Amino acid sequence: MGSTASTLSKIPDVETLMQETGFTPAHMVRLYDRFKALDKERKGHLCPQDFGAIKELAENPIGDRIVGAFFSQGQETLDFHSFVRILAHFRPVDKDRPRDPNVPEPINSRSNKLKFAFQLYDQDKDGKISRAELLQVLRAMLEMQVTEEQLESIADRTIQEADLDRDEAISFDEFRKSLEKVNIDHKMSIRFLR
Amino acid sequence: MPALACTGDRLPIRVLGWGPLIVVSILLLGTVQSINASTNGTNHGNATGRNANHGSHPNISSGHHKRAFPVLTVDYDKVRMPFEISVWILLASLMKLGFHVIPRLSSVVPESCLLITVGLLVGGLIKVMGKTPPVLDTKLFFLCLLPPIILDAGYFLPIRPFTENVGTILVFAVVGTLWNAFFMGSVLYGVCQIEGTNLGGVDLLACLLFGSIVSAVDPVAVLAVFEEIHINELLHILVFGESLLNDAVTVVLYHLFEEFANVGAVTPGDVFLGVLCFFVVAFGGVLVGAMYGLLSAFTSRFTSHTRVIEPLFVFLYSYMAYLSAEVFHLSGIMSLIACGVVMRPYVEANISHKSYTTIKYFLKMWSSVSETLIFIFLGVSTVVGPHVWNWTFVVATLLLCLVSRVLGVIGLTLIINKFRIAKLTNKDQFIVAYGGLRGAIAFSLAFLLSKDHFPMKHMFLTAIITVIFFTVFVQGMTIRPLVDLLAVKKKKETKNSINEEIHTQFLDHLLTGIEDVCGHYGHHHWKDKLNRFNKKYVKKWLIAGERSKEPQLISFYHKLELKQALMLAESGSGASLTRAHSSTASMQNVQPKRQKSGRAIPQISKYREEEIRKILRANLQKTRQKLHSYNRHTLVGEGLEDSWSEMRLRKQRMALERRMSHYLTVPAKRAESPPMRRARFESAGFIRTPKPRLRFLYWHISKTSFNLLSDNQVYRTKPSPSDVPSISVEQVSAKPPDSVRVLDEVIQKAGRSQESTHRGGDDSPKSREESRGGQVRKPSVKFALGDEDQQKLSRCFSDPGPNKIDEEDEELFLS
Repeated sequence: MGSTASTLSKIPDVETLMQETGFTPAHMVRLYDRFKALDKERKGHLCPQDFGAIKELAENPIGDRIVGAFFSQGQETLDFHSFVRILAHFRPVDKDRPRDPNVPEPINSRSNKLKFAFQLYDQDKDGKISRAELLQVLRAMLEMQVTEEQLESIADRTIQEADLDRDEAISFDEFRKSLEKVNIDHKMSIRFLR
Repeated sequence: MPALACTGDRLPIRVLGWGPLIVVSILLLGTVQSINASTNGTNHGNATGRNANHGSHPNISSGHHKRAFPVLTVDYDKVRMPFEISVWILLASLMKLGFHVIPRLSSVVPESCLLITVGLLVGGLIKVMGKTPPVLDTKLFFLCLLPPIILDAGYFLPIRPFTENVGTILVFAVVGTLWNAFFMGSVLYGVCQIEGTNLGGVDLLACLLFGSIVSAVDPVAVLAVFEEIHINELLHILVFGESLLNDAVTVVLYHLFEEFANVGAVTPGDVFLGVLCFFVVAFGGVLVGAMYGLLSAFTSRFTSHTRVIEPLFVFLYSYMAYLSAEVFHLSGIMSLIACGVVMRPYVEANISHKSYTTIKYFLKMWSSVSETLIFIFLGVSTVVGPHVWNWTFVVATLLLCLVSRVLGVIGLTLIINKFRIAKLTNKDQFIVAYGGLRGAIAFSLAFLLSKDHFPMKHMFLTAIITVIFFTVFVQGMTIRPLVDLLAVKKKKETKNSINEEIHTQFLDHLLTGIEDVCGHYGHHHWKDKLNRFNKKYVKKWLIAGERSKEPQLISFYHKLELKQALMLAESGSGASLTRAHSSTASMQNVQPKRQKSGRAIPQISKYREEEIRKILRANLQKTRQKLHSYNRHTLVGEGLEDSWSEMRLRKQRMALERRMSHYLTVPAKRAESPPMRRARFESAGFIRTPKPRLRFLYWHISKTSFNLLSDNQVYRTKPSPSDVPSISVEQVSAKPPDSVRVLDEVIQKAGRSQESTHRGGDDSPKSREESRGGQVRKPSVKFALGDEDQQKLSRCFSDPGPNKIDEEDEELFLS
């Protein structure tokens, strides 16, 4: 407990951060340690190369998109606050949250989780997953084992299934609707971030 | 409920229908028994007669009369055993039939209750007739009746929910069963010690043994009841998984207590050995099952030439896994489950679709028959007795069962919820506790006890039967209204959606990535590692040919398309044809990239070819009927079927075919990627068409033949003055958006005009569907066919037209 408190004091602005993200002090300490471990050159912030050093992430088909999600808005450095804010999306949902319309939704609410995932698809940030973007994702996931035609027919069918307003792209609402049967709270939560 | 009111008048007839069934089956049994009795006598007679004959042979010459040659004899003994088995199975199946004839009954009373009742009746009847009814033979039960049910459950176990909840399931199965057994055993011992119950002869170990037998939740009973209430997946897998995995615990406890009940004392060393035994039994069972599963997967890799016996391998390996586990007193149930789970993904990749269907239906059939027989025999065995009814013991057992189950579930959930993301609510806990049904396994285990070591065996049996009856009847019957009352979430009818599949995989990758960023070796990390290992090493060994490299998404997509195509071939509906044709066309697109020579190509394309042929044939056969109905709606005038227009159409078709078959024989160019061809419809006279099916047919045919045409061709049938559709099929190597939009426009226009002409409301959603389906369709077909295949294909596609289907269809379509 002593080391927790001391580490906690090293983190700037830790109270507001915990308030915003809902992490407990133990979480913050763990994440801070991880942040420090990734920041090998002790710069105080992370850059894309640090993420590239994570071996498993390099093997991940959408690893580059994930890294891109951390470095949104084109910035080159990632400080601890942003790091934690992104990871807060994956905290398990608090079941007994009062639905107060005035209070903005916490970062780890179901719809915010989905928004995060949607942004990973929608690279050009136009609010829709176009056919080309879908094809890119499919190509990345299927890793050159299929032909172009196969990819295209799958993409076509996907859009056809989900597209309700016939604009040949998947908007966020359509995305959400197609995932309504999936338990997002369970699927997009990491267990230790309780 | 309204059902009763409306079927009130039909009920007597239904009962009347069901009555004869019972009478017939009882007569069958009666005849069996009486024949049995009589042939015993007759056989004696025959035997002696034969002896006499033999004896009299040397005397024949001395002029003794010889027996007349028997024209008709009755020799029942020869077929006795199989005959009786068949009669029982027939009885079971007829009963099952009968239940569903009465509509109201099967919705109120679960089948298991009805079957036990029937068993009671049959047993009673046999007893009345003076014979001894057969008892549920333990060997028969464990070796023949139980494995099919478990294999069916294990093979079709939904893997995702199971692995997500495996921790919870294991806690319930192991800790829960242990708690139940010890709590019940010790409290019962305490009850037995009370004066005045004359239960003093029951010692602690016997009580503990009894507790361990009774405490296990029974998979057969759970399956039978939960199948019918369609509860949500989580609860289903929790209770069902628990019932499967607690077998290991039951086996260990049973043998442990049985062993030591003779000795009379248990030392700590024995307890330690017991714990060790549990791990050996559980993991050993799983290991044996996994081994046989891998063997089976490996064997299925080579069965491409002997498709007919593929299902046999699946069944045999699984059964052997079960038997091998039983040899070493390992958990046979866990072995069977492990075998089914391990072999399923690989076997399904290797075997043909028909074999898959065969496996599915055989498993369902066997497990259904087994289940029915088990419950009937349970009823019969109840009648046989001998029963030793001891009020205290039985009531105590019953109460303790309920109490310990409730306490166990509540206590364990408190612990489990600390580790779960999706916590178990009170409702969930109630259903889990209430769904803890006991069944035939408990009965068989008790039956197995030897009377010498356990003089109170019959008392145990009576108590167990009471508990089984209570759980199956009371809990089984009331769980459905309770589920409705508590508004427990039911199973959602999930339509397989490729969106879900893609997004779920995407999320899997995302979560794995995030876990890597956090440095957390969690659930996703290990799943990802397992998948990689599987893809890299295991699939190469166990899946035949090219399919080992097929990603999961592609096989999912194949299955979806295939399902849709088959569904369409069966339903033969009109307007959704566009989508189906489109999707079947895209199904042909989906051919894995061939880096090496196209060794496996003919195989797959023939398969696809079969699909196309099936669909075409089915649709053509239905065209006639459909045409008439379509005519009534869309035609303004009548008499469009006049012979002249038909003949013209046929002539046009012939010309079209001739041209097409000419082009079909041109070998395909595969060197560079073929230009995308587009089909465009001009449907001038679309509205008044009498043959919409024909239009789609041509569209389909022309699409599939496109790649073989090396130059742009425009087929145009001469527009006729009468209302005959003008089909112009154009190939344009245009960019995607334009042609698609044109296509879309055209179809939409057609759709809209179609909507306006006829008032038949049911067609409009179809046409809307059409336009939706048409717009994103970009057919691009790649056929890499050898020469003979092309010939076959051309013959396949030449059709005489929808009118002369019946005669010409058969000869023109290849079998």
